Amino acid sequence: MYRLERRATPSSTMSVVSPILAAVGMLITGFLLFSALGKDPLEGFYLFFIKPLSTSYGLSELLLKTTPLLLCGLGLALGFRANVWNIGAEGQLTMGAIAGGGVALWFGDSDSSFAMPLMLLAGVLGGMAWAAIPAFLRTRFNTNEILVTLMLVYIAQLVLSWLVHGPWRDPEGQNYPQSQGFGDAETMDVLISGTRVTWGIVYALGLAVVAWVFSQKTFAGFRMQVAGLAPAAAAYAGFSEKRNIWIALLLCGGAAGLAGICEVAGPIGRMQQEISPGYGFAAIIVAWIGRLHPIGVVFGALLMSLLYLGGESAQMGMGLPSAITGMFQGLLLFYLLGADLFINFRLRRVTPKPATSAPTATATVGKAA
Amino acid sequence: MNSFMILIPMIASTVIAATPLIYAALGETIVERSGVLNLGIEGMMLIGAVAGFAATRGSGSDTIGFIAAAFAGMALSLVFGFLTLNLQTNQVATGLALTLFGIGLSAFVGHDLAGLPVDKLAPINIPVLTAIPIVGDLLFHYDIMVYLSIALYIGIQWFLNSSRAGLQLRAIGESPHVAHSIGKSVLTTRYLAVLFGGATAGIAGAYLSLVQTPMWVEGMSSGKGWIALALVVFGTWKPTRVVLGAYLFGGVTQFQLFAQGFGLPIPTEFLSMLPYAATVIVLVIICRDPKTILLNQPASLGHSFHSAA
Repeated sequence: MYRLERRATPSSTMSVVSPILAAVGMLITGFLLFSALGKDPLEGFYLFFIKPLSTSYGLSELLLKTTPLLLCGLGLALGFRANVWNIGAEGQLTMGAIAGGGVALWFGDSDSSFAMPLMLLAGVLGGMAWAAIPAFLRTRFNTNEILVTLMLVYIAQLVLSWLVHGPWRDPEGQNYPQSQGFGDAETMDVLISGTRVTWGIVYALGLAVVAWVFSQKTFAGFRMQVAGLAPAAAAYAGFSEKRNIWIALLLCGGAAGLAGICEVAGPIGRMQQEISPGYGFAAIIVAWIGRLHPIGVVFGALLMSLLYLGGESAQMGMGLPSAITGMFQGLLLFYLLGADLFINFRLRRVTPKPATSAPTATATVGKAA
Repeated sequence: MNSFMILIPMIASTVIAATPLIYAALGETIVERSGVLNLGIEGMMLIGAVAGFAATRGSGSDTIGFIAAAFAGMALSLVFGFLTLNLQTNQVATGLALTLFGIGLSAFVGHDLAGLPVDKLAPINIPVLTAIPIVGDLLFHYDIMVYLSIALYIGIQWFLNSSRAGLQLRAIGESPHVAHSIGKSVLTTRYLAVLFGGATAGIAGAYLSLVQTPMWVEGMSSGKGWIALALVVFGTWKPTRVVLGAYLFGGVTQFQLFAQGFGLPIPTEFLSMLPYAATVIVLVIICRDPKTILLNQPASLGHSFHSAA
């Protein structure tokens, strides 16, 4: 018989091994699921995980999709560490795209060199402004940020829908709900010719370094970490909870807003109704897989990007719905959360004792066969 | 008389819009009163919607559809229960995972069902009562699930306030350690609560795909699961207020249709924002005073429990 026993200190090995265990668990479940649905699992796996990585174009697409996931994931990780549950990065991304895209449309076809910096700035500020709403409501009115940030996702998407159906609709666009294409100066430069990868990935990787410095080397980052790990200690030390909430939400909103403008000014090139296949939500998983650590988040974003590409590839190759990506994302997070148990607990073999033995002081969580 | 005749369909459609919210929010009320926060309602509703739709199409029976939906919701909530109750995972993160998984799985399973028709669950017809003018239309002309939602409310009200098991559930939600020390099983109670919440969320989802818009559309719950979560806070964890809140929200969602009907010059997108904006406003009003939350929220909400700690 095995029993779970609390470790004296959390295992740092397990916190790295656990994402790998989770990925393996996801693969096995996916295998079973494919078989159960009468699809060839090996073909599915090839299409999902190998084919996207087998060409240089595929690799460039991987980087392209990594960009928004990394930007949002970094911001979310910062908040989650401080116990700020912003789950509305999708809305902040949308608002960033709207603000930055609005600037781009205002410039029109102008080749002003101010256009791009102003667009990026507007994107960041748009995302920040959208995240400021839950920050204000939480700090001033004690309102749970989980639900507010989520409701603001729906509202941001409806604002975008209104804009592309109404004021911003391209009069020559055959009634499609989309704006005119951005001018050359309003479109981000491609980083590697022949691909769609833009400077966005450089910004994202740069931000990962900044986030690492912020969370590991600055006092503000330290305060936020203490607030997440030991709220009582943070309060006793006089760390302001309100300030942490504001910092966490504004930084995440800014990063998500940057992701939004990088999408519309990069691969999309115009304003349209669909600008993100749920990057902001997937970034929640990215942050978690990355152990809420900036460097880990980079790997999390790459893995999640592969799931998106794999979903598209399986859609084209096998006619599977693209929603399969979401399913794999959910599975991955389930397994990850489950595997994280072993960071704080370990399995210990116990020899059955007579029923009269004294109860042990170890934490018994459940019995594993 | 004329404006009165408009009022009747308005009230009737409000009741229809509120019913899935009632199921989902009442279930979550029980879950949260036991001290567990399940943010996966949206995912369980979608699974319930697709399962109910598929089962009704397969069997031709709405009853079987709703039962299948309840079991599908329960199956998903079982995963949540295992992770949060046995493996002590973070309830917020696990609930989010459940929603993401439910959205993906329902779209995957329902891929071939999109756009197919299903017979809408018919309103009941009581010989004399339904025929009464006005009153008949207002009170006796809904589908059976509307009446069952009211029965569910009465049952839950009795359970929480008058039954021994209900008091035990509340005690566990307030202080699992005390309840455990006097020999109550925290794990069993919380498991049952989570499963109940899964079943009602599944039924709520099936109500969308079998009554409100009798078909399956990817992501058709469009945030109703999250609104149900907000309703529990709005109702300060009390069933009566939760139900009244659901009718209020049902009214808000219907307002947009009538505003369009009256030709108000507001873009549809802004009218569609109403339920979400109303949710935020309502949350602010309720949470503004920290005491309201402190006094009403189950004290152990969202915290894992292990017996030896």
